Amino acid sequence: MSTVDVIGAVKRYGRVAALDEVSIRFGEGEFFGLIGPSGSGKTTLLRAIAGFADLDSGEIRIDNQPVGDRPAHKRDIGMVFQNYALFPHLTVFENVAFGLSVRGRPREATRKEVGAMLELVRLSGFDARKPRQLSGGQQQRVALARALVTRPRVLLLDEPLGALDKRLRQEMQIELRLIQREVGITTIFVTHDQEEALTLSDRIAIFNEGKIVQIGAPGEVYERPRSAFAAGFLGDANLFQGAVLDGRGVEVGGLGILRTADALPAAGTHVTLAVRPEKIQVWVEGLATPGADINRFRGTVRRAVYAGTNLTYKIEVGTHLVTVFEQNRAAHPLPAGTAVNVGWLPVHSVLVAT
Amino acid sequence: MRDLGIWAVRLYLGLMLLFLYLPIVVMVLLAFNRSPLYQLPIVWDTVWFQSLIHNDRLVGAGLNSVGLALVNMVIATALGTMVAIAFARYQFRGKAVLELLLFPPITIPWLIIGISMLIFFFWVGIGRGLHAMLLGHVALSLPYVIMVVGARLKGYGPALEEAAATLGASPWQAFWRVSLPVMAPGVAAAALFAFAVSFDQFVISYFLAPPGVSTLPVEIYAAIRKGFTPEINAISTIIILFSMGLMLLIARLYRFGGER
Repeated sequence: MSTVDVIGAVKRYGRVAALDEVSIRFGEGEFFGLIGPSGSGKTTLLRAIAGFADLDSGEIRIDNQPVGDRPAHKRDIGMVFQNYALFPHLTVFENVAFGLSVRGRPREATRKEVGAMLELVRLSGFDARKPRQLSGGQQQRVALARALVTRPRVLLLDEPLGALDKRLRQEMQIELRLIQREVGITTIFVTHDQEEALTLSDRIAIFNEGKIVQIGAPGEVYERPRSAFAAGFLGDANLFQGAVLDGRGVEVGGLGILRTADALPAAGTHVTLAVRPEKIQVWVEGLATPGADINRFRGTVRRAVYAGTNLTYKIEVGTHLVTVFEQNRAAHPLPAGTAVNVGWLPVHSVLVAT
Repeated sequence: MRDLGIWAVRLYLGLMLLFLYLPIVVMVLLAFNRSPLYQLPIVWDTVWFQSLIHNDRLVGAGLNSVGLALVNMVIATALGTMVAIAFARYQFRGKAVLELLLFPPITIPWLIIGISMLIFFFWVGIGRGLHAMLLGHVALSLPYVIMVVGARLKGYGPALEEAAATLGASPWQAFWRVSLPVMAPGVAAAALFAFAVSFDQFVISYFLAPPGVSTLPVEIYAAIRKGFTPEINAISTIIILFSMGLMLLIARLYRFGGER
């Protein structure tokens, strides 16, 4: 198992900084997700680690050794590309064997290792097929087997499941995680799918405009976003801006006083609070109040979006339009115009930087 | 009503094929006619093909044509493929201008290119001869090769070569084991194109051939001016079959290329 260190990495394309002083350490055997909007630098970082993009300044170390002067084919990495980049003229067996073959491994050893790898990705018996005769999921597994067979130090995944449909993607997520655990390889993967990042990663780094906005475990990053961008990009968030009201809460214009469990700065300071839509409860006027010490406001349902397992409400509260996610427990969603109460615990009002 | 439409389409197609192929069919038929004066009915005979073998001028010109086309094919394909790779994989100054400048030679009349080449070659001291013809043919074939190979290269990005690199393949290994096999159908089609461009070339060859040296099209032209014999039909029949075979091969390779 290996570590990867990125130290002060800078990469500019013209006047745009794709990487702006990025420093990050990928630990041994870690499954690390890089997430961010397109053009945020996550793919550039992956390509810099692979050796396809030279840094303008800064350094990348694999196992504490700088690799800046080593070309891609001498870095001992495995990579799964967005569209798999399987060699169309070779069979599944030859594709997987490619890395061993360029290393001049004896034929018998190659056959054994490729066989074992195809078994790992559950593709035994597909040896003689050409890539175009495989489904998307199968191609993805060939790409994974091909990247792993040389026992690389680091596995890089560039939007590995992006080309698959939703159900297959969920299956492959579980499988990818199982295989990664079994092989125990340090894995860095790029995705723009927030759910994928949360499901797969041991840790996540959120990128924006060439900088890392926040690093942490999925639960940490999701529950305690440090900025409005992080809150909005990884999941959804209702943002409330207001002035600190002497420790008791935050005065939000057009809404009222909002309470939070976070330590607040001096009174009068302008702050932003983020509230996840699924933390907010909705109940109809007159019914019992769930809990006492909560943020509670009256509002009116403006829209209800029905999505089978869950409902999304847009509720007008004061001058704000609050988004609420609810499990579809009731048979009928509340119709537009219904007068409701909305409420959430102070601990769910998260203080974020704007 | 529907049926009528289908028949109209068939009639149209039939007329079109007739228009394209009737002259050729007539010529081929007459090549097998014994009469030197194109008299009907056709009496089946291969006499003109036999006399062709003893026509040293035509045979010599034919050998010149094939040799020139082969050498042109090798040079133009090698150079053109390299240019196509450079266009597809590298960014450099003036690339856009260079790519744009590839097209005019295809549209400029060959007559004008031929004359300008003749003038230029004399001016720089290259003169006339097979070497000058080869230069001309290579220059004419290059745009076609670059376009055909380039189209194939655009079909797959640099991802395959990058994948090979992450698997430990040096650039040299990646080229021989991945890039070349993948673009091979395109390169083969381009090679046949280059061959055809040279083999069918009349105007440039006519201008650049010195007295006593000629290629098949030039020789045929000269022979017609002296008097039309069915021998010309015979050699033309051979050329037609050869060219059509070549084109079918190109089409096949192209389809194979698109299949991926």
